[in-house]
Amino acid sequence: MTTPLKTLLAASALAMLASAAAHAQTAADLASDDPKVRGYAIAERADKTDAGFGASSVSLTMTLSDPRGRETIRELQIDTLEKQGEGNGDWSMTRFFSPPDVEGTALLSQARILESDNQWLYLPALRRVKRISSSNKSGPFVGSEFAFEDLTSNELGKYEYIYLGTEVLDQDGAETSDGDPDNDIVVDKLQCNPLYERSGYTKLYCYFDVETFQARRLEFFDRGGNLLKTLDLLDYRQYPDGYYRSHRQVMQNHLTGKSTVLTFGDFDFDVELNRRDFEPSALDRL
Amino acid sequence: MKRAFAFLVALGGGLGAACSTAYAQSLRITPEVAVEGRVFFDEPQFGDQFDDFQGGLVLGGDLRWTSKDRNMRILFEPYVRLDAKDDERTYADVREASLSRRFGDWDVLVGVSQVFWGVAESRNVVDIINQFDTIEDFDQGEKLGQPMARVSRRTDIGTFEVYYLPFFREQIFPGDNGRLRFDPPVDADAAAFERGGEEWAGDFAIRYSNVFGGFDVGLHAFHGTSRTPFLAPSDDFQTLEPFYQELTQGGVDIQYTNGPWLLKVEAVGVSVGGDTFFSGVGGFEYTFFDIGGRGVDVGVIGEYLYDERDVALAPINVFENDAFAGARITFNDTQDTEILAGAIVDTDTGGVIGSVEFQRRLGATMLVEVEGRYFEASGDPFVDPFADDSHMTFRLTRYF
Repeated sequence: MTTPLKTLLAASALAMLASAAAHAQTAADLASDDPKVRGYAIAERADKTDAGFGASSVSLTMTLSDPRGRETIRELQIDTLEKQGEGNGDWSMTRFFSPPDVEGTALLSQARILESDNQWLYLPALRRVKRISSSNKSGPFVGSEFAFEDLTSNELGKYEYIYLGTEVLDQDGAETSDGDPDNDIVVDKLQCNPLYERSGYTKLYCYFDVETFQARRLEFFDRGGNLLKTLDLLDYRQYPDGYYRSHRQVMQNHLTGKSTVLTFGDFDFDVELNRRDFEPSALDRL
Repeated sequence: MKRAFAFLVALGGGLGAACSTAYAQSLRITPEVAVEGRVFFDEPQFGDQFDDFQGGLVLGGDLRWTSKDRNMRILFEPYVRLDAKDDERTYADVREASLSRRFGDWDVLVGVSQVFWGVAESRNVVDIINQFDTIEDFDQGEKLGQPMARVSRRTDIGTFEVYYLPFFREQIFPGDNGRLRFDPPVDADAAAFERGGEEWAGDFAIRYSNVFGGFDVGLHAFHGTSRTPFLAPSDDFQTLEPFYQELTQGGVDIQYTNGPWLLKVEAVGVSVGGDTFFSGVGGFEYTFFDIGGRGVDVGVIGEYLYDERDVALAPINVFENDAFAGARITFNDTQDTEILAGAIVDTDTGGVIGSVEFQRRLGATMLVEVEGRYFEASGDPFVDPFADDSHMTFRLTRYF
């Protein structure tokens, strides 16, 4: 018994030292004059606020609207498993409940940092699990204004970051920490350049809240360098373990006038999920 | 029947309304009704077949209950088709009626269920568990529910499954006046079995599947009754009589996924009726994503089908040396519009079976499907009877 305990203590002491060093390093980086170092430190700080969440499950409604006011509503549930080991990103299982003709369809995505992601689709009418290509980055996700890459490429290592400045964000519908909607949000503005292949974007502007470190807005620039879409992340709520989640996300396409709104229910961080729930053989057990 | 369905609709509607705000609920009921018309282009080949239009009504739906801890699941999926012309095509089936329970890495399923094995698009030679619903559609896209008990175990080296299938489902064949029938017509009541115990003889299967990087691999073995009967002429040559033989097979299915490429192969070694033979399908699928930045995906599919059997010895089998070419167009729009087109060409005889399928949702609760099937006769005894059966199917489904 003593040996493993000692090892554990030594390991945790080491981990504390390493983490203290990392904190000191991060603090230095956050004040760095090099915009790339500073940008990465800001993105990393945001990423770290999520560390240790384990697994979560959330139900959401996706409302697709076109400029003529026509709406399509999709109901989904997304289970997420925090990244498991080197080279992996978060894994997710997305299930569709409506419209009724796609009910039961599910998408399993195993995100990876440098290699291409693994994705499987479940087709309920055939009971078929099909491995699909993850090369589809820029294409729309189920007819929405979200591209596949907007949903599957949220890993820190998938972008290069450049700090552009600290500014005040005027965001309709956003609430600030003091509860006064008239108070605008102070944000760090970064340029985020996709490092993965086949991205539909030349760059993103990413706005991180300086108080909560959460992303408040993303602006997507197309291959021609024009502003294509804006994503506002609204209604952030903090859960008992400290994790923040946006409960309303509005994606506006400036080219087509179409928009997609995601409205999230409560996130369940107590859900019991493990690696086995994110393997392709789990798809026809849903 | 009508009353039962009205009850189902009312029940589904009531529960749906009661639960519509919280879709994390564990019970979901979605009844559906479809009206269908099948139009045949040519005069029938055989005198007793109906002329050109076949109306149909389909009542179905599904019920899904999942326990709060997600470890127990009940699925129920009844299916009833009423056909205006062909009495044999008026039938009911339980597509699914299963209870599954998870115990950690173990899963147990009992009841009537459906299982898909394979990776190919034109034909899945490894897909043996369920009988195909050939009267619904001859393209092996629909299956009859199969009674089974399945135990599976997920491990770090892959998933292992063991199946016991206590009851055999015979194929359903069109009636004498039905289209898409053989000549002479099949008398399903005259079905005979090689194995004692007939449809209760019981089948066994095992399967292993796992992912190795870009490779998805499945292995299986099966012993039981052949899903595809040998059709033998009756003594008076007025009908064909299905003969279900004992069959043992082992097979493998592999898909390699790399960028926009999917490379696929399925192969089985089969022992049936004293004959041992090889059957396989292999090919590729390449997808052009987000064409012109408009969100449309076009997938191109090419496959080659091979079956070693001598045609004279084979049961219903049109795939002895054939090439398949197809395309899938996915519009990725709000209405989930999709087009799938393909053709199988017999490289020996030049016979062709062509197919086009279109589907698009109307509003939130209706689905339109249009399917076209084309047959080019070739002297192939399994295609020739369908030579004048090229047709279009229009289907409108309403979900509740």
